[in-house]
Amino acid sequence: MLSKRNKEALFNPLSKDNPVLVQILGICSTLAVTAKLEPAIVMGISVIAVLAISNVVISLLRNTIPTSIRIIVQLVVVAALVIVVQQILRAYAYDVSLQLSVFIGLIITNCILMGRLEAFALSNKPWPAFLDGIGNGLGYMIILVIVAFFRELLGSGTLLGFQVIPQWCYDHGYMNNGLMILPPMALITVGCIIWVHRSRNKDLQEK
Amino acid sequence: MDKIKPHFQEGGKLSKLESVYDGMETFLFTPNTTSRSGVHIHDSNDMKRTMITVVVALVPCLLFAMYNIGFQHFKAIGMEATFGQMFLFGLLAMLPVIVVSYVVGLGIEFIGAQIHHKEIQEGFLVTGILIPLIVPINTPLWMTAVATAFAVIFAKEIFGGTGMNIFNVALITRAFLFFAYPSEMSGDSAFVKLDSAFGYGGGNVVDGFSGATPLGEVATNFDHFSTSTLDAFIGLIPGSPGETSMIAILIGAAILLFTGIASWRVMLSVFAGGLAMGAVAHAFATPETLYNAAHLDPLTQVCLGGFAFAAVFMATDPVTGARTKIGQYIYGFLIGVFAILIRVYNGGYPEGAMLAVLLMNAFAPLIDYCVVQVNINRRAKRAKAQ
Repeated sequence: MLSKRNKEALFNPLSKDNPVLVQILGICSTLAVTAKLEPAIVMGISVIAVLAISNVVISLLRNTIPTSIRIIVQLVVVAALVIVVQQILRAYAYDVSLQLSVFIGLIITNCILMGRLEAFALSNKPWPAFLDGIGNGLGYMIILVIVAFFRELLGSGTLLGFQVIPQWCYDHGYMNNGLMILPPMALITVGCIIWVHRSRNKDLQEK
Repeated sequence: MDKIKPHFQEGGKLSKLESVYDGMETFLFTPNTTSRSGVHIHDSNDMKRTMITVVVALVPCLLFAMYNIGFQHFKAIGMEATFGQMFLFGLLAMLPVIVVSYVVGLGIEFIGAQIHHKEIQEGFLVTGILIPLIVPINTPLWMTAVATAFAVIFAKEIFGGTGMNIFNVALITRAFLFFAYPSEMSGDSAFVKLDSAFGYGGGNVVDGFSGATPLGEVATNFDHFSTSTLDAFIGLIPGSPGETSMIAILIGAAILLFTGIASWRVMLSVFAGGLAMGAVAHAFATPETLYNAAHLDPLTQVCLGGFAFAAVFMATDPVTGARTKIGQYIYGFLIGVFAILIRVYNGGYPEGAMLAVLLMNAFAPLIDYCVVQVNINRRAKRAKAQ
């Protein structure tokens, strides 16, 4: 079940081959949905679901898809799954789906998806493709959660909507950092994470 | 100094602190090392001397800022005070900000230099004195500290330190504060210190007092606007410490131009751009226009707010500005235009000088590139024609 190759497909994207930190994919949504922790988690789970299932579907179809129209087939599969996810969110998590607004729909244009479908699912069996989808989705979600953690903590003083920074701090002059709510700080936070990540993994450093 | 030198060299017990020693030695003395090969002519005007000259040019602004802080304070609480009292109050109010700015900024630079075993670079000398001059006096000290740390790390150190930064570090500090803590950085309560400084001064505010800057007043409450151009020229008006007095800024400008450190092209073209855009805005201002600031005549526009300070001390920063001569004209002119454009037509920002300089910082390399390319093309054509 978990041969060495499958393990690599599952665990490499978490750190060594992280889609956000190393491949620098999916930056757009990373900046957009990380102002609060809750939407970031929901977004992460949605991407994991869409990525894993679409990887499996494309992998099953891989021998029947003509090369010349493979992008269209991939898009159809992803779009169908995205609509399903969107409807589920509307039904069971309406508030969060309002916060995420267009970004659930925009999963279809997320570079991580097209990248994994093209690079992995088209040339691998369903089971490894499934693991690869879970792994890459998790790698994406981890970064989303880390970024959203710092942005919500420093920008709003809350985590998942609960007040974390005690009131006496505010009484003594502490103030939430309004810049953390704005997208530029998301980019800088991602930059800092990449900085820490590269300094821990010397082999990833570009010359 | 020479006696303790061996401790800091390779193998000495304090060798880790070598860059600290080196920084101190070259700061206090002219080092007696000479070039080993080739023909070199050095004058003593190295980067440290350049920086010190800029600091000297900032002293008139600093002294006036201290006086004006005291003046505004005693005016707000309705108390008679002598010149000495006003100055003392301003000194006590400014001192903590200056200390925080230098301790945080230099601290990070020293640590960075130790980690990388590099020489300490002296770029923060000027930045450290610019920050207290452009940050409103009521900004809490911890905010200034956080913003300074942010600016030094993200606007300077990650680009490679002094001389490599794309954006003006002092302005990044202010921009960080401006966007992160907007309520502390604008409005009526930011610019006039009302509580006491180290127990000195303080009192109840008189009726009818408003601490709004003239530009803030223009934006929100134009009917009460009463600042004359002369007031703005002398500078006894509320505002960020260093920016209020045109006279002090012009003395600084004279020092910078006389020593040849700042580019007169940039300075001149910023004012030209500001006057031009001010005139355009003024010409298009109808009585019922929503943009109050358009009613100001161009000369008042230039005297008010941080425009002159930005033109003289921010735009002329040789690191972040354009370097080609024609590029400097374009760069400066656009700073002037954008500063007034933002100020007049964007209701959210009563002052645009900071954003204008930062915007043009980003475009300075592009301007230089275009100027150089045009020159190359022109000469290539001429070579072909012959």
